Amino acid sequence: MTTPTSKPLSWAETLPRAELRALQSERLRAVVRHAYDHVPFYRRRMDEAGVRPDDIRDIADLAKLPFTVKKDFRDQYPFGMLGTPLRDIVRIHASSGTTGKPTVAASTQADLDVWAECAARALERAGSTPESIVQVSYGYGLFTGGLGMHYAAERLGAAVVPASAGNTEKQVMLMKDFGVTTLCCTPSYALQIAEVGAAMGVDMHSLKLRAGHFGAEPWTEAMRKHIEEVLPLKAYDIYGLSEVAGPGVAGECTQQSGLHFCEDHFYPEIIDPETGAPLPDGEKGELVVTCLSKYGQPLLRYRTRDITCILPDACPCGRTTRRIARLMGRTDDMLIIRGVNVFPSQIEDVLVRVKGVLPQYLITVDRQGNLDTMEIQIEIGNDAFTDKIKTLEALRADLQHRLKTVLNVGAKVKLCEPGSIERTLGKAVRVRDLRKI
Amino acid sequence: MNVRQISVFLENRAGRLASILQCVTEAQCNLRAMSLSDTSDFGIVRLLVDDVDRCTATLRDRGHTFNVTEMVALEMPDRPGGLNRILDAITAAGLNVEYMYAFATRTPGKAVVIFRFEDNAVAIPALTAAGYPALTEEQVRAL
Repeated sequence: MTTPTSKPLSWAETLPRAELRALQSERLRAVVRHAYDHVPFYRRRMDEAGVRPDDIRDIADLAKLPFTVKKDFRDQYPFGMLGTPLRDIVRIHASSGTTGKPTVAASTQADLDVWAECAARALERAGSTPESIVQVSYGYGLFTGGLGMHYAAERLGAAVVPASAGNTEKQVMLMKDFGVTTLCCTPSYALQIAEVGAAMGVDMHSLKLRAGHFGAEPWTEAMRKHIEEVLPLKAYDIYGLSEVAGPGVAGECTQQSGLHFCEDHFYPEIIDPETGAPLPDGEKGELVVTCLSKYGQPLLRYRTRDITCILPDACPCGRTTRRIARLMGRTDDMLIIRGVNVFPSQIEDVLVRVKGVLPQYLITVDRQGNLDTMEIQIEIGNDAFTDKIKTLEALRADLQHRLKTVLNVGAKVKLCEPGSIERTLGKAVRVRDLRKI
Repeated sequence: MNVRQISVFLENRAGRLASILQCVTEAQCNLRAMSLSDTSDFGIVRLLVDDVDRCTATLRDRGHTFNVTEMVALEMPDRPGGLNRILDAITAAGLNVEYMYAFATRTPGKAVVIFRFEDNAVAIPALTAAGYPALTEEQVRAL
């Protein structure tokens, strides 16, 4: 039995804009006051900017608040961003930081409930119901993908198959035997599942799959077409980030044209990444998100570094919430490898700790079949060099291990001679991305 | 002085070995022996040259990654079974060989085998006791 709720999941998605705005303003006032009173970091930032909580009356006042950036999470690591005592925190996720320390995402039960509701809306928007069987093939763990969609499906009242990522043959078997209707994973893993299933001799078009919610990595309309050809489902884009919540912050409806933002809980702005000035709907820029209902770890005007735009027209589906376009890129050098966020600076941070290894490196990202591969060329100096192959092999294995520990995704390390990585006069070229996405 | 070997890091990329040997040429050095050890990704070129200091200076100038290791060189008779008896002595002394290579000399009937042991301070006295004194760099050069 599902928990009875007074309102349908989607009630906030069809509010008249004026009512939605009133709701947003009310929630913003409360959360800003809370952040100011309970998070010294926000109090300091607002004091420095000369903004008082009372100055924030309406959602239009949002622009008066200073931005929050990823580096702030590192500086406040691990719990400096909390807005409640630790005893009220019920879960702690962690995603990639720009150096060795991860970015902490702590939630109260109420925060998790909001997230589950928003992610459940994403499932519902694409037609899933309590009758659906949802296979969650995102990784479960510190990464928010798995648990996020898991609780979303439970919130919807659907049956969850918590498959996690990997063991693809088994994924196909479960999908077929259970009559799975909804698949949640990265788009590249969806292709992998289709390929493995076909190789197993399974007629993938005979599966009961109807909807797929794919996110956590960049993909294109061409890839959507391809997925819809190899699997009998409609492929929907879903967006989220752990600093805000996780998957479900925004997601497509059956129109497949833009991702409805759950803007009753997560308020989107688009800014000029150079000047920080807010841009009108329809203009392309950096997405900034404010969490209107999050108290465990309040988040005000967070610069996501994702580039998109807010679609200016209303969606034919009838929902009044605004939509963002499919992501168009990043304003920083973050890479997404098999759904995992990787910053080149994390690699540098590992290298400077290893004696004899030069802080010169080149990351080559490619896609073999449906799987992203990452090779990191590292220059080896005299201090780390020995005449014994096994010692150098051990060094290479040690580097691979350290990098995997920090990056959460495997990389092949290739030892190189000093000077073999091309030096540039300006900004160093650290990444070669050969993927054709 | 024990025989010094220059080991050079070799990236698995076209032209790298030639670049290392170009340094040997530029240093006007003669190669006495060379061996190459490799994995699928990288290798190590090991060189015995007639002027270690001049050769390493050039390698350094050209930015190569290298080091110099003291090796144990033993003389052996250049005939069937010559190396076997030395290996028996090494086994009997309980020494572990990291790697080795051998070459014939210009003196008829004489060959040299080069060993890399974990610890020369243990290996040299044990081999001397077994009747195989280590050769000096000068002795190897004279052979």
